[in-house]
Amino acid sequence: MLYAILCYHDEQYAWSWTKDEEAAVMGGLAKVRETLNREGKLGPSLRLMPTTTATTLSKTKDIVLDGPFAETKEQLLGVYVIDVENLEAALEVARRLAKANPGGSYELRPIALYNPDLRDPAPGATLGPS
Amino acid sequence: MNDLAWIDGAITGARPQAVAALLRYFRDLDTAEEAFQEAALRALKTWPRNGPPRDPAAWLILVGRNAALDGVRKTSRQVELPPDDLISDLDDAEAPLVERLDGAHYRDDVLRLLFICCHPDLPATQQIALALRIVSGLTVPQIARAFLIGEDAAEQRITRAKAGIARADVPFEAPGPVERAERLGVVMAMVYLIFNEGYSAGAAERNALCDEAIRFARLLLRLFPGEPEILGLAALMLLQHSRLPARFDGQGELVPLDDQARGLWDGELAAEGLALLEKAMRHNRPGPYQVQAAIAATHARAGRAEDTDWAGIDALYAALERMQPSPVVTLNRAVATAKVKGPEAGIEMIAPLEGRLSGYFYYFGVRGGFLRQLGRAAEARVAFDRAIALAGTPAEAARIRRHLDALAREGGGRIQT
Repeated sequence: MLYAILCYHDEQYAWSWTKDEEAAVMGGLAKVRETLNREGKLGPSLRLMPTTTATTLSKTKDIVLDGPFAETKEQLLGVYVIDVENLEAALEVARRLAKANPGGSYELRPIALYNPDLRDPAPGATLGPS
Repeated sequence: MNDLAWIDGAITGARPQAVAALLRYFRDLDTAEEAFQEAALRALKTWPRNGPPRDPAAWLILVGRNAALDGVRKTSRQVELPPDDLISDLDDAEAPLVERLDGAHYRDDVLRLLFICCHPDLPATQQIALALRIVSGLTVPQIARAFLIGEDAAEQRITRAKAGIARADVPFEAPGPVERAERLGVVMAMVYLIFNEGYSAGAAERNALCDEAIRFARLLLRLFPGEPEILGLAALMLLQHSRLPARFDGQGELVPLDDQARGLWDGELAAEGLALLEKAMRHNRPGPYQVQAAIAATHARAGRAEDTDWAGIDALYAALERMQPSPVVTLNRAVATAKVKGPEAGIEMIAPLEGRLSGYFYYFGVRGGFLRQLGRAAEARVAFDRAIALAGTPAEAARIRRHLDALAREGGGRIQT
């Protein structure tokens, strides 16, 4: 079974770490990631930029808003990682996805740090009926 | 990360909103600050035992307000009230308060608090000291270190600033759109001033000021997420700050942009700056901060100094000149123009500025550089000598002396550019 672990914390706090504090936390996490990689348990992981960098596309009306997705009556259902030139290109991808699956919103957030999937075979291979 | 570090971080993070809301209740800066201090003390006692509250800012506002009101009641009626750590579960009271904190109310609170700190009657140094004390919560010794002054002097700066704003009359009603935009402009200018206090100085301790300024900008952005000039200001500071690891050499001397080891630049900060600038530019409402951020972004995108798009920078400075005409902007533009069209064009562009910039170190440094490139060694030496006489820091003077040494080596001959 594949699981996604979604990380929540107060960003005003997490983005006001000093360089040393940041290095300590990131160093500790890197060690855990290393072990998980050896155990073949870790897929891709990533750190998002602060919500101030977010842009939200409201899918039904195709309205682009600055800031993170703020409604509380909708739930987080999935995540895409895309590799494009800039925000405009990212919005283009989001609009293509929106056409196939209208309703709700997409929040687009630049990725600050991306650790690729080191497993072999390729990610997703363990998914499917068992 | 241990509990106390988390609590400390949470209190610092919640400080601007909490002090701002308390200021609205009490309409007095000292009372608001004391109420917050009291709430923070109680948080340090209560949170390790009961766990952190869901919304630290709301907790601090509620407890701070009650503590200050208790103080008033106690002195007037001498009635004992139960201590806050006995009524530890504030969840019920938190909910409606969080509701009230949402949206415009809270936004105007924080803006008002920042705006009060940059009252026009206060000199810039007092504005900055006050904002760092009240909004960021830096201690007096921290502020003294940041300004490279004694603690007594820092204390005095803050006391004077408080006395100054006590006389000022900032209305507590929610501002109209025009007034809000004006306040925002004043506050952004102060934030950039804080950044430059840290950025222009060589000493490493002052970098804390750059970090604080970036925190202010992120705070403003959370309040006004779609304001292109705030996006621009945040992008500008992040991009400039990303160069910090390469800006000083082993002797603590400033390394000019062209000579910096670009591999040392902080890619994460730069990427965030670029992302914010991109968001800003989608609005098609350019302003001076966005243009300056675009200039910094052009440098950030150049892998090597010789890859810099100087024609693009020249065009951006031309836009900045139209928005904010100033001899310093023209001087900066001349550096870009000279890279594209040669030093002759640069000299021509700065010639009319001499009268207004006759006391400006950088003007003579730039002029000397152009003259040196043109092989006019004697004139270059005169310009460099003037620059040294006007240098504000030893590092500035040292930079010019290196030019003079190079001139001496060249023996006054024409050099390649």
